[in-house]
Formats: sequence, structure tokens, C-alpha cells
Amino acid sequence: MSQEAQKERSMILQKEMTEGLFNDLGKAKETGKKVCYTFVPGNLSELIRTFDMLPVYPEINALQSAMRKKSASYIKEAERHAHSEDVCTYVKCDVGMMMKGNIGPTGEKIPEPDILLLSYTGCFTFLKWFETLKREYPNAKVIMVHTPYQENAKITPEMTEYMVKQFKEEVIPQMEAVTGIKYDEEKLKKILALSKEAEDLITKIFDTTKHKPSPIDAYFAGVYYIGPINIGFRGTQQAVDYYKELYKEIQERVRLGLGPITPEGEMKEEKYRLVVEGPPNWTSFREFWKIFYDMGAVIVASSYTKVGGVYDMGWRHDPSRPLESLSEYCMNCYTNLNIPQRIDLLSKCITDYAADGYVTNSIKSCNSFSAGQLGMMREIEDRLEVPVGFIESDLVDPRYFSYSNIKNRLESYFQMLEQRKIIHEKESV
Amino acid sequence: MKTLEEIIKFCEDVSFDLNFSHAKKWKEAEKGRVLVGYMPIYFPREIIHAAGGMAVGVFGGGDRKQIIKGDAYYQSYICHIPRSIMELALDKHMAHFDGFIFPSICDVIRNLSGIFKQHKIGKFVKYMDFPQNFLPQIGGVFYQQEMEHVLKYIKEINGVEITTEKLNHSIELYNINRRLIETIYKIRQDYPWRISIVDVYHIIRAGTVITVEEHNDILTQVCEYIKQDIGVPQDKIKIVISGAFCEQPAVGLIKAIEEAGCYVVDDDYMLGSRMILGDIDSKSNKPLEAISNSYIKQSQYSSSIYDVNDPKEFRLAKIVKDRGANGVVFAAASFCDPSLLDAPIFQNAFNKLGIRYIAFQFSENINQFKVIKEQVGAFSDSIKLWEDEPVTANS
Repeated sequence: MSQEAQKERSMILQKEMTEGLFNDLGKAKETGKKVCYTFVPGNLSELIRTFDMLPVYPEINALQSAMRKKSASYIKEAERHAHSEDVCTYVKCDVGMMMKGNIGPTGEKIPEPDILLLSYTGCFTFLKWFETLKREYPNAKVIMVHTPYQENAKITPEMTEYMVKQFKEEVIPQMEAVTGIKYDEEKLKKILALSKEAEDLITKIFDTTKHKPSPIDAYFAGVYYIGPINIGFRGTQQAVDYYKELYKEIQERVRLGLGPITPEGEMKEEKYRLVVEGPPNWTSFREFWKIFYDMGAVIVASSYTKVGGVYDMGWRHDPSRPLESLSEYCMNCYTNLNIPQRIDLLSKCITDYAADGYVTNSIKSCNSFSAGQLGMMREIEDRLEVPVGFIESDLVDPRYFSYSNIKNRLESYFQMLEQRKIIHEKESV
Repeated sequence: MKTLEEIIKFCEDVSFDLNFSHAKKWKEAEKGRVLVGYMPIYFPREIIHAAGGMAVGVFGGGDRKQIIKGDAYYQSYICHIPRSIMELALDKHMAHFDGFIFPSICDVIRNLSGIFKQHKIGKFVKYMDFPQNFLPQIGGVFYQQEMEHVLKYIKEINGVEITTEKLNHSIELYNINRRLIETIYKIRQDYPWRISIVDVYHIIRAGTVITVEEHNDILTQVCEYIKQDIGVPQDKIKIVISGAFCEQPAVGLIKAIEEAGCYVVDDDYMLGSRMILGDIDSKSNKPLEAISNSYIKQSQYSSSIYDVNDPKEFRLAKIVKDRGANGVVFAAASFCDPSLLDAPIFQNAFNKLGIRYIAFQFSENINQFKVIKEQVGAFSDSIKLWEDEPVTANS
């Protein structure tokens, strides 16, 4: 592998978009733009944009703090103030960052929220998180959107109606009151049309892993690809341009028969194709990724890249039904799916992308993902007779990333995959 | 009339009969009866009663069930109750149950509903999505639809169509139940030595596994006994327990707290049985709407209900004040997200309000309480030695 990290045009575009957002946030008080804190799953980017607000995603700040090795001190700060060692480390990292001055990843202070938009989708902790933040930001308006869970593996008309009523009678009037901007449905429709375009493109991008070798890693690189669509750019021309550029670059890799780009350059040999369930560890992200690409393992699909929206089953934002569409979007996010739905979705990924194995990265402080993973893993193993692997780490608490344990487990797992390949090759001769 | 000791013994036995034999016998006595297991915290049992069924509380195996299979479903950093519920299900302790309700408490219980679906346990599995929107025309309507969904499942099993009269009758029975339970707490607030908290716990928990009619008889008799001047007062402080609303502490722990020098004058152990404060309208021509309104407008605070418009710390402070308690013991189940995420909110507020508290964690299956007993004892001593009057929290 080449030792030089490659910067493609799409990477530069993404960097410019992110920096632009943080610059705008830094100037929000001068420009008079209202600031809306919200979460990635069930994010209502289109609505936020309709009211010309700027989004802040506390969990994105937390993961970026972790990648910059700052999360440990933030978590300790929160734990000094009665936060338990055993709860979501995103929450503690965010609270600790706030206690230490709320300096964001770019070094600028993140402005206080005008609105705390709680899109309570697939994660109970979000609710507790904003109860905590409300007490820290008493002047912020908290707007709650309760997203019904897909307990029966479907979205009923009653569920959609419940959400639409919340939008009409609670969310929109309160956004109007805070921003002083009248709700403009035509504007929302135009934004939603751009969302649909970006969703079509990102689906095509993640579908390129059907190629052998896969031109991308749908987990470690995938978390960068989902950045724009998840952190407030969905519904913008910028996002559409970014995904067009990214898709073009990936198609070129397919044409040339190239594997994924890693931090150490291009991956030369694809030995194992995997599907991964669960979020990545952020504190040692590069080391974690390296264990996989050093062994020639590429992730061809992951549940984590569906956390901000599941698009690969055909669902899209629909400008002709704006509020219904926003409701369905929220209800369709990965962690809002019930356990049998998750099993079906991951099984489909394993089959469609011809994966050799299935790995669960179980996150200590994320019950939304972790509770149920062991049963899912067994069912997938039984159903598809695919080798499964299991590792444990955490989101942003470095105390729960044990490099040697994870490496040992994965090495054993890859040995098993290798032996299986040899057996299959012998059987097919 | 049975003696108080006999009543308590019966309640203890049925509460911890992990085969739910009493409920099973009730079901077998008449055709068309259904049993519906419900997990903590709260479920409107009235609707099951009106549909010819019995809602049966499933609170895990506590320290009375060895976990073997259940551990295979949960990582070490997930609380204990889902693994013991899985153990009970896989060992067929609940084989005679027709369906299961998983109220929206947290991500773990929500996902447990999916595991039950995956394993096709029971004729139906329903995740009950309680509204987090508290407008009757929005969240209230949604909640009614959720209840109708449950009733549809039951009708598919026993063919029973509920009527307004039946539902109002059931509501009234549960109103009586709540009033009687509150009477016990009111008596204990002033005379906590008349009946111990562990006995109260058994009596209330029994109500989750027997019929409401039987339970009302028991509660009526208990109230008669404790209205009399029985027991001997001891030099103990009064405390409120908060945080143990889902996974239940072992009975030994409930006992240990009182033995360590505390009278527990309020608690959230069996919160579901006390969730609705006051009566539900039992004369409405829209009884489901009445149940829905009661949840939206007159629920006790809980870690699972979004509280920004009615902050929980002030509601707990009011309970402390109203019960004349000297302090609060925060007892959270290990790895219980809702309870642990609330801890900083309560503790920051109580530091400002001057309400004394201690906090510890437990697991349903621990049976060594020495450290906790010492901690609670030290808390009790510190209040007895250094403070003359109960705190007066201003909410």
C-alpha cells in the first residue's frame, strides 16, 4: 500500500461544506440566524432549512471530539457531575464539552441553542439527553417530535397521522415563533426534491459494493460518505453535487477494478467481504480500521450507515407529500426498526453484496443498537450459514477500546474465514 | 377474616411464584379468559379486565431464578431484567400466557419486544408506544389507538367485544385499587411502624398477579388492620426511594434499607400500580379517552416520560415534603439508562434545594447488602445526629 493519504475532490468538497457550516455557526449571533440542536437519526434537516436555521448535532460533536482525542477529558468532567460511568458516552462527552466552554471541533465556540429539536427516533437516550440540555439552556425552546416505533414492522396510517399532527400543531408553529419566519411549504417541497436526488445518489454509491473488488468500504469510509446527508446538507444543491462527484470517482474505481481507499492508500487485495452491525469506535478509529484493511477485509454494507435513513429499500423523501414524507423518514431510520426487521435487512445485505461474514461491533453505551444483537447474530448465522464475529468497544470512551482484545478476536475470526475459503475451494474442485 | 400475617404470607407467595400459578388457575376456571403479561412500568390493566382477561405483571426472576439461557442474549453491560425475563420465557414459566405487552420504558425493553417476536413467544407481542406528546388531540388519540390495537389482539383470541359499561366497571375497580393503595401510603406516612415496607411491597406486588377484585379485598383488609394502633415506633429517619421503578431490587435489599435506620414513606418500586394519581373518570361515554386523559394529565413522574414541561426534580421534592421525609435514597438498577441519566438532574436540583440524598446501584439478583446497609445506616445516622427537623423543600 502507498503510505500517502489520498485526497479526492469529493473529500475536499465535504471538508469545505463542514467548515462552512461551522463558520456560519461561529457567526450565528452576528447574522441573526437561529441555532437548532438536533440528532442524526430522524433529523429534520429539510424543516430546519425551511426556517433558515443552522443545525448542531451533539452526537457529531462528540464523535469528532473522540477522533481528536478530547472525549476522555469531557467524559471525566461529566462523571465529576454525577453522570454514571455506565450510560451513553455521547451524552457525557457533549455535557463535558459544554462544561468546558462548548468549543467545537474547529476550535470555535458553538453557539447556544435557540431550539432543541428532539426528534425522538429509535433512541430513548435522546429524550434524556435533551431533558439534561434543557436544564443547561433554560432559554432554549424544546420541541419534541415523538416518532412511533415500527413495532409491527410497518408504518400504519395512524402512526403517520400522529406525526403529521405533531408537525402541524406543535413543531411548525413553535419554529415560526422562534425564527419569526412563516412556514413556506413550497420552499420545503423544493428542498425535499433535492433530498430525493441525494438519496438516489447515496443508494447507488453504497450499491457499488456489489462489484468485486468492492470500490469502497461501506463502513469505515461509509461514515464519511453519510456525513453530508446526515448533518444538515440533505436538501441542498451542495449535497447533490458532492454525491455526484463521489459517485463519479467511485465509478472510475470500478472501471479500473480498484479496491477501497484507506488512510494508507489503496487496498490492493480484497480477501474478505463483511457486513458489520453496530456503530464504529471513534476514539481509535484509524487503528480499528487498520485491523480490517491489513487483513484484506472490506466492509460491503453496514447498519450504521443507515442510522440517519434507510434508503436501500426504495424509500425516498416525496415533495408531493411533504409532512407525511418527513414522518415516514423518521420512522424508517435503522434503530426505529424492530429486531426481526433488522435481521431481514442485514440478511439481505449479506446476500446482495455476497458477504463472506458478519461482524457485530457491540457498543457498551448504546443499548439502542446493542440490546438484541446477540440474538440477531445467531439468527443470521442459522439462516445464512455465514460465519459471525463479535467484538466489543465503545463510541467515544477510550477506556473501553482494547486494541489487543479486538485484534486477537478479529485475527481468529479471519483465520476461520480463511479456513472456510480453503474448504469451499476444495469442495468446488 | 384472615390475620394480617396470613394475608402478607399469601401476597409474598403469589408475588414470587415464578410459574404464575394463581393466574393460571384463574384462566383455566373459565373458557375465554386470557392472560396478558406486561413488563414494567405502567400498563392500563383496565382494558384487559374489561376484555375478559387478566394483565399479569412480569418483573423478572429477581434473586430466585438462576440465569443460564438469558445471559446468552445480553452483553454484560446491559441491565439484568431482560435476561431474567428471557429465562422465564425460554423455561416456559409463562407458557400459559396469551400475549405480552412491552411498555415503552427504554431501548432495552423495546428491543426485548423484538426478541419475543423473533422467537414467536405468545400469540401476540405488543410494544406499547406511550405518547410523548401530551396534547389530548394528538398524543391522546395516538394512545387510544395503541389501546385499541391491544384489544384487537385479545378479541382475536377470545372474541370479546368490550363495551362502555364493561370498561367503566373495570376503571372503577382500579380506581378503588389505587385509592386503597394510597390509603396504605398515607397511613404509613404518619405511622410507618404499623407495617413494614417489605410487607407493603409484597401486598402491592401481589396485585399484579391476581385479579383486581381479589386484590381490592386484600387491600381493604390491610387498611383495616393498619388503621389500628399496632407496632412500636423506632428511632428511624423517613426517606423516599427513587429510581427502582423497573428492575426490582431483591427483597433482602428492601428489608436492609429499613433495617439500616430508615422508614421508607414513599417509593417507586411498583410504580405502575400507582402511576395514575387520583381517579379515572368511570362514567364517561368514551372510557378509552378517559384512560388516555388520565395518563396525559395525571401521571406520576417517571424517568420514561418526557418531562420538560413538568420537571421531575420538583415533583420528587414535593413528595419528600408532603411525606415529611428527611431525605431520598436513589436506588438505580445497574446499567438502567433512564434512572442513571436522571441522576444528575435530581442530584443537582437537590443540592440546590437542600434535600439530603445518597445513591447506589443494585441488580435484581444480588443478595449481599452489607455495603449498602452500611451506606444507608451512615446516611440515617448523619441526619439523626446533625439535623433536628425534616427538610422543607420548596417546589
